[in-house]
Order: sequence, then C-alpha cells, then structure tokens
Amino acid sequence: MSTVKLDITKEHCPMTFVKTKIALSKLQSGDILEVLLVEGEPLQNVPRSSREQGFKVLEVSHVEGQIHKVLIEK
Amino acid sequence: METADILKTTQPIVQKKLSIISFSGDFDKLVAAFTLATGAAAVGYEVNIFFTFWGLDAIKKKQGRAFVGTGFLPKLFGFFMGGLRSAPVSRLNFCGLSPKIFRYLMRKKNVATLEELVEAAKALEVNLYACEMAMHILGLQKSDFIHEVKDVLGVATFLDISEGGRTLFI
Repeated sequence: MSTVKLDITKEHCPMTFVKTKIALSKLQSGDILEVLLVEGEPLQNVPRSSREQGFKVLEVSHVEGQIHKVLIEK
Repeated sequence: METADILKTTQPIVQKKLSIISFSGDFDKLVAAFTLATGAAAVGYEVNIFFTFWGLDAIKKKQGRAFVGTGFLPKLFGFFMGGLRSAPVSRLNFCGLSPKIFRYLMRKKNVATLEELVEAAKALEVNLYACEMAMHILGLQKSDFIHEVKDVLGVATFLDISEGGRTLFI
C-alpha cells in the first residue's frame, strides 16, 4: 500500500478531476491518493465524483488559505 | 428469496453515457467537445465521439497540413483542411493567427490545451469513432487516423452505440 501525491491547485475544469481520475487509475487497490486542491469547483467535485465511482474518501482537510487536502483510497 | 435480494439481482447496472458527434473541426468547438468528453469520462461516463466531415481532421495522424487521402481532389482538400494543429477557430480566425493566440492564452492561464485534452481523452479510454461515409468522400483510410480510433462506423451503428445516453452535436 503506498501513497501518491497529486497537486491540482493550478488546474482548471475539467483537468482537476481528469488528472485525479488518471492518477487513481494508475494506483493499486488499497493505495491512497493525496490530492491538493483549491476551494470552489475542485473541492466540491473531486471528492464527490471519486465517491460516486466507488473510491473511498478518507479525509478532507484544510491546509492553508484556499488549499485543501483530500485523501482518496482506491 | 428476499425482496432485497431480488432487487439486487435483477436491477440492471445503468452506466451513464455521453455520445458526441464532432462535426465542425473548428478549434474552439473541438475544445468544447474534448472538455465535455474528458470531464464526463473522468466522472465515470462511457464516452463516445463520432467524428464526421471536418471533425475527421482532429483524428488524423498528421496534425499539420499534409496531402492525406487518395485521389487529386481529396489530397488537395486534405492539405487545406490539415489536422489538429491547423484547426481554425469558428469566429475571428485571422488567417490562422487566432488558434495560436488561444494556445498561448490557454497555456498562460493553466487551462488544458486542445492537445492536452486529446491526450487525456486517450488516457481515459474515450471511444473514438470515424464516419465511414465522410471518409469515403474525403478519400481517407482508417490508417490515416491515430491508432486510438476504435472503429469506422455508419449511422446505424452509431445510433446503436449511443442509445440510452445523451447525444450532442458539436
């Protein structure tokens, strides 16, 4: 089980959740993806769309300013 | 068998589906088509893009201007139409200057460029199809297209594939 980091704080729709999905597809079952993202559309959609596709959102936490961290388990 | 078990076994798994008819071949409309396609694929949709007429330019192997096609007129048309990198914008094209400006602005503002969106669509396994009839007119073969093009289709097969989902014409 490993943790992979992904920074999408500078990305815009649709690459925020496109990059998350591509990163998740490269992981093994049980691996964790640590996503750094900003408030607004990415924070609303990345955890939701991950959950809808059967991934487990373990944690959503505030890092600093507008940046949040989301932990997703494949 | 409990009612809950019956529901579990008989309920069909409905996969959301988006099918796009990519007709225009314009830079801006291709950006719209691939943005929707990649976005939908990333949130779990099955996505199909059916390229027809000018849209076929977007999936040519040769992305610049090249004499692609069989026969004099198709080759000439193929040259003037070009590929993904020669796609004009639908308004204010300024003899091909505008797509260059758009690419510059997209990179500067951290928005995915058309090429990045196409690569993302391939990575997300978006189904790419080419229209048989338009290929016939333009003298194009399946080998003229990128290898990710899954198949060459007619209307009946496209209708079959897109059934049960949403369809857009761009």
